[in-house]
Amino acid sequence: MQLNSQVKNKTKEQISENYRLKRMLVRGLIYLILIVGAAICLLPFYSMIISSTHSNTDISNKFLLLPGDQFIENYKRLIKIVPIWRGFLNSVFLTVVGTSVTLYFSAMTAYGFSKYDFKYSKVLFSCVLATLMIPGELSIIGFFRLMGNFHMLNTYWPLILPGIANAFGTFFLKQNCDQAVSSEIIESARMDGCGELKAFHRLVLPLLKPALATFGILAFIGQWNSFMLPVITLFDNNLQPLPVMVAMTRGQFGTDYGAQYVGIVISIVPIMLLFAFLSRKIMDGVSAGALKE
Amino acid sequence: MRKTKRIKSLKKSRFGYFFIAPYFIVFLIFGLYPIIYSFYTSFSKWDGFSPPVFIGLDNYQRLFTNLEFYHSILNTLIIWIVSIVPELIIALLLALILNERFVKGKHVFRAVFYFPNIVTAITIGVLVNLMFDWQTGSINKLLMALHITDHPINWFGHSFLAQIIISAVMCWQWFGVNMLIFTAGLQSIPRTLYEAAEVDGANRFQITMNITLPLLKPVILFTVITSIIGGMQIFEVPLVAGNASGDSTQTMMVYLYNTAFTRFQYGYASSISYGMFIIILIFSIISLLVSRSRKKNTQSV
Repeated sequence: MQLNSQVKNKTKEQISENYRLKRMLVRGLIYLILIVGAAICLLPFYSMIISSTHSNTDISNKFLLLPGDQFIENYKRLIKIVPIWRGFLNSVFLTVVGTSVTLYFSAMTAYGFSKYDFKYSKVLFSCVLATLMIPGELSIIGFFRLMGNFHMLNTYWPLILPGIANAFGTFFLKQNCDQAVSSEIIESARMDGCGELKAFHRLVLPLLKPALATFGILAFIGQWNSFMLPVITLFDNNLQPLPVMVAMTRGQFGTDYGAQYVGIVISIVPIMLLFAFLSRKIMDGVSAGALKE
Repeated sequence: MRKTKRIKSLKKSRFGYFFIAPYFIVFLIFGLYPIIYSFYTSFSKWDGFSPPVFIGLDNYQRLFTNLEFYHSILNTLIIWIVSIVPELIIALLLALILNERFVKGKHVFRAVFYFPNIVTAITIGVLVNLMFDWQTGSINKLLMALHITDHPINWFGHSFLAQIIISAVMCWQWFGVNMLIFTAGLQSIPRTLYEAAEVDGANRFQITMNITLPLLKPVILFTVITSIIGGMQIFEVPLVAGNASGDSTQTMMVYLYNTAFTRFQYGYASSISYGMFIIILIFSIISLLVSRSRKKNTQSV
């Protein structure tokens, strides 16, 4: 009551003045939090780029804020020992092929579950969902041993073929297929004498394009970042993708920090560029994927 | 006429098997069979070169009496808990802030907060290893330049400090993802609810506590459960960033990797993978039970 009367006694101007001040303070604080957070997210990458341009003595003795001129020297030492561009090309190849395979077969499986009413389809789809729950480490040793039996070690097959059975992709694309592809279109294509596989290629894949793009970006990043599988199945250093090469720099350049930093820069900058152009799509994919699960 | 049409569509529906066949063939060979094969391998002694020798339950006996295994479980749990709690709080806070109408540049902030997650974990590990190096790392250089400390801190020399660094890195790498998930959850809450509360005279804080958070609960539980499964499998960052600190950063996954691919004890490593699986299963079941009972409570209220 007292408070109420006090407030009433204040003139309207005072209230709005106080309120505005408080609001400005709160907003200022919120922006401060956001900017500090953003700095914490980006500074390590800034520090990485700066460090890659300095000599080893500078890196180990000074706190560096400005770029130096040793990048080329560091780079030269790096490529003498680690074939980093070979790793880059390996990564590009594996990611492009792996992602395409995953997208194509996930769409195929999704379409099969979405538009065909065959026996046990519900049970089989539940099996697909159940595999989402299985943690990967259960199969690692068996997978390694099996690949040895198949004589597939030190080849790219173990990194590409399993992508055909992607449970998340199948699930994600089936949801989209249910909505985006109408059964009437397929029916009318059949009337015109279009074969089933042709209908899938000509009608279904184009209709699934937006969903394929969303899932494709996620699959692309996942494949690009893959480390465990290549490191256990490939023995030849020249076959390794970029992440393994970067890990190799650590073992081979114990104290050559400059060369290691250059290796890290080469592996991070492509992802930075990709993200700069596709950030909205990538983040939409993350939240769409998570909420659908 | 109708009958022939039905027969025709029945015939077509068998094509479904054709479309799902590649998935299941590949899954059986490259997914399911290796799981069984791991189980089979866990009963033998195998170094990858000579033929495996059947040794019965010896690997499991060794596993359950091995302090190193229990140590790796403890390490994983500590690293996970120290990272997940601040991670979810920060993610929730930022999601709430970035859901406010007045904030400008929402997209840029979200993108920046999410960015650490798309960088290869192994690269982050190597970077952390360089930055936290006690003699040459930039973190110590920064702290000394700001006069926060006079002597370089030996980050990976103390076992608990090393775990905290790994946790901090995990937190840094993953809060953005959870923030995006929370944001999606927040955006699915109808605006009309907020407007009704505003009409009733609730302030921002009350609205957040009484409307937003309760409605967001399922999403929060979802992130907790998925992060258990992910957190139990922490691998890349501790693998390359932690080695210097003895074994305090040896998580279950790193232990499995080291046993198999640096000590070549594949049989024993297989039993570790099944041990890990059981631990993850237990934690998933606990979290499911907790979320169920929570649901019941809220329903009865």
